[in-house]
Amino acid sequence: MKFKAMTAIAALLLSAPAAMADEEAELVVNGDLNLVTRTAAPAHLADSLDEVLSGWRFRSDETQALQLDDFDNPGMIFVDQAMDTWGTVDGEKGKSCASCHDDVETSMKGVRAVYPKWNDSAEEVRTIAMQVNDCRENGMGAEKWKYTGGKMAAMEALISLQSRGMPVDVAIDGPAEVMWEEGKELYYTRTGQLDLSCANCHEDNYGNLIRADHLSQGHINGFPAYRLKNAKLNTVHARFKGCVRDTRAETYKPGSAEFVALELYVASRGNGLSVEGPSVRN
Amino acid sequence: MEFTRRDTLALGLGAAAVAALPMQVFAGSHGGKVDEAVAAFTGGAEIGEGGVELTAPEIAENGNTVPVEVSAPGASAIMLLATGNPTPGVATFNFGPLAGAQSAATRIRLAGTQDVVAIAKMADGSFVKASSTVKVTIGGCGG
Amino acid sequence: MASGVKPRVKVPKKAAAGDVIVIKTLISHKMESGQRKDKEGNLIPRSIINRFTCDFNGQSVMDATFESAISTNPYVQFEATVPEAGEFKFTWYDDDGSVYEESKKVAIG
Repeated sequence: MKFKAMTAIAALLLSAPAAMADEEAELVVNGDLNLVTRTAAPAHLADSLDEVLSGWRFRSDETQALQLDDFDNPGMIFVDQAMDTWGTVDGEKGKSCASCHDDVETSMKGVRAVYPKWNDSAEEVRTIAMQVNDCRENGMGAEKWKYTGGKMAAMEALISLQSRGMPVDVAIDGPAEVMWEEGKELYYTRTGQLDLSCANCHEDNYGNLIRADHLSQGHINGFPAYRLKNAKLNTVHARFKGCVRDTRAETYKPGSAEFVALELYVASRGNGLSVEGPSVRN
Repeated sequence: MEFTRRDTLALGLGAAAVAALPMQVFAGSHGGKVDEAVAAFTGGAEIGEGGVELTAPEIAENGNTVPVEVSAPGASAIMLLATGNPTPGVATFNFGPLAGAQSAATRIRLAGTQDVVAIAKMADGSFVKASSTVKVTIGGCGG
Repeated sequence: MASGVKPRVKVPKKAAAGDVIVIKTLISHKMESGQRKDKEGNLIPRSIINRFTCDFNGQSVMDATFESAISTNPYVQFEATVPEAGEFKFTWYDDDGSVYEESKKVAIG
């Protein structure tokens, strides 16, 4: 079993010359916001990684450059759209996001850095998307958005932007611990006909090429991410789905308890990196 | 796109034929369309080298969004072509009297590894070109 | 009019007379290439921004034609000379006949 999986991954990985950007490059946005893209791994990763690296570091010079200036970053188009949505009344209760949360720059500052997060009254771990849909359904009397849809991705981008530059600081103890353990279990579980776990690519082989692409450490501090391949914002669960599908497995559903647990665990692996969203990836 | 050994051989011969016949300027499977686009821009005038600069990545992580920049001091217009695209035309920049420089940067789609070509029309009516090969990589998982 | 189209431009608010400034423009637009097929296998018709112009006080800075090889959300960066105080006018022309406009004032100082 193990041998077979090793063969599968060996066939996918090549050691061809790298198009990766230079090691010393730093992510400074708009000339004045320094983002941490390399830092010591959080304590819970002590046995597997020394340092954690943002996905930005694995991209080519040209892709990296798109994130250095907000005008050049196409993800900002969607932030603008969400800003319009923020102030637009929707649903039976005649409310907009702003009706309760006022100025997004103040009310949402720091939110992205600590999510997914345990919600005391709901007694569950919630992602930002879950929280947004709870607001829409119960607070506004509006229809829920599709979990990985364009409106949700845009709103996540607007919310992430308010925490940009703050270190990811997801709590993994207390009431969230059970779900965090579940997410960790999933991270190391091999799935699909290719029999690959998240760790096989993103812990064991980051920096190596998978076909012509550099594997990153798989952090989600840059999400939602504008991807050049589909020219839109991509959500964390859509990305998880794509990864699991590529192991040739039946995937969990976006918004499922499994993917929420995995998001919590993966987010915690990036504790200490800056919130980057909306980032630009290939 | 997949090439058989025979196709590859034919392409090689095609390239050799192009080298021998200066009449056809650009090689590749869309060479006819490229020649048409060039002729429409130059009116069949001879194209020189130098005086126009084309900046493009050697390797593009994704062909969907490839940053390119063209610059030709003193030019009145620059045409940009992707010689390997099904439709080779990309853009033509016409510079007005208030252009601060005869240059422009944009983001383009490339269907695969190919030569990108910039042809500048200079103030005296002459034409110059520059070209750059961009390798377009195939993503890993693509997930 | 195609949905979700919104022009964005970045122009310095001030310049000295005769200065050359950098202008960045981006318009959110799908730029449907005309090469793709839908789920039923039918070709999706081309729908792109086919021309972009920039004028300053009625004088041309740039007049560009675009083909379908320009990426989604067309981006153009270029330079302009600012001879006096005035206004930049940016215009994008859509295949469907729509015209999108944006303008920016520049002061001298």
